[in-house]
Amino acid sequence: MTERGSRPSVAVVVFPGSNDDGDAAWALRALGADALLVWHGDGELPEGTGAVVLPGGFSYGDYLRCGAIARFSPVMRAVEGFAAAGGPVLGICNGFQILCEAGLLPGVLRANASLSFVCRDVAVRVEQSRPPFTSRAEPGQRLVIPVKHGEGCWYGPSELVDELDSAGRIVLRYEPGENPNGAAADVAGVLNEQGNVMGLMPHPEHAVDPMLGSGDGALILASLVDAARDRMSMPVG
Amino acid sequence: MKATVLVRPKVGILDPQGDAVRESLRHLGFAVGDARIGRVVELELDGGDPAQARAEVERMCEQLLANPLIESYEIELIEP
Repeated sequence: MTERGSRPSVAVVVFPGSNDDGDAAWALRALGADALLVWHGDGELPEGTGAVVLPGGFSYGDYLRCGAIARFSPVMRAVEGFAAAGGPVLGICNGFQILCEAGLLPGVLRANASLSFVCRDVAVRVEQSRPPFTSRAEPGQRLVIPVKHGEGCWYGPSELVDELDSAGRIVLRYEPGENPNGAAADVAGVLNEQGNVMGLMPHPEHAVDPMLGSGDGALILASLVDAARDRMSMPVG
Repeated sequence: MKATVLVRPKVGILDPQGDAVRESLRHLGFAVGDARIGRVVELELDGGDPAQARAEVERMCEQLLANPLIESYEIELIEP
């Protein structure tokens, strides 16, 4: 059992082609977590893992469809098990694509409607303030977080969008006029049904220090660190 | 036995790649109404039973080769 207040462990999975694992680990450490890089070939998560982050990048060269191959990595079995047990799992950009392909999140990420790679700050609105991902943000709060992707156009059939919307699972939306990729219903981030798996296209790990343009991403990652700490202070069993 | 899998964007799904190619073809002077871009996967299969092979390739499509949310697929078996 870990004392509340100590540094919770957050596993950051490294796939071949991940390139934001370092920034994610840096940001999580800055926010009070003990971030551990976990190779995709590992069949298990480190003991005591309180949360998992699937970082951005181009795992397996985006072959076939982005995220389609990474979901077969040995570590994904462990991530699926961790999620099924209620553990918080956050997928950022390529991590979001992987979680959709793995069936842990609804919908799919497609080529941007513009066909252009976008790399810029976007404003998103926090639709829900709830653990484990947005507890530190206020409902309706506007966050400025950078995106950098060529395939970030979230798509789901309209029935799925309605279902997610009414269940409060569209947790982040691009602000009017800010949608950088043509995503359906301005979806920037969604939750699974249980609310413990989230994917988002913006990169909170690139926005944890106002000196680098924005510190808004820290609200999301610090919420995750809080959740990891709470999870680790729960009695084992 | 060999199989060819043709994966297509589903009807009604926006295909920005196809749109870009259509515009380029029009620039070249071709009268193109629409262009859609899919993908071809060629497979070599063990075993000789066509029905079994087709069922197996269907499972491959469902589990990996196509994303059923946005793509449809066609399987063509080429018997030796």
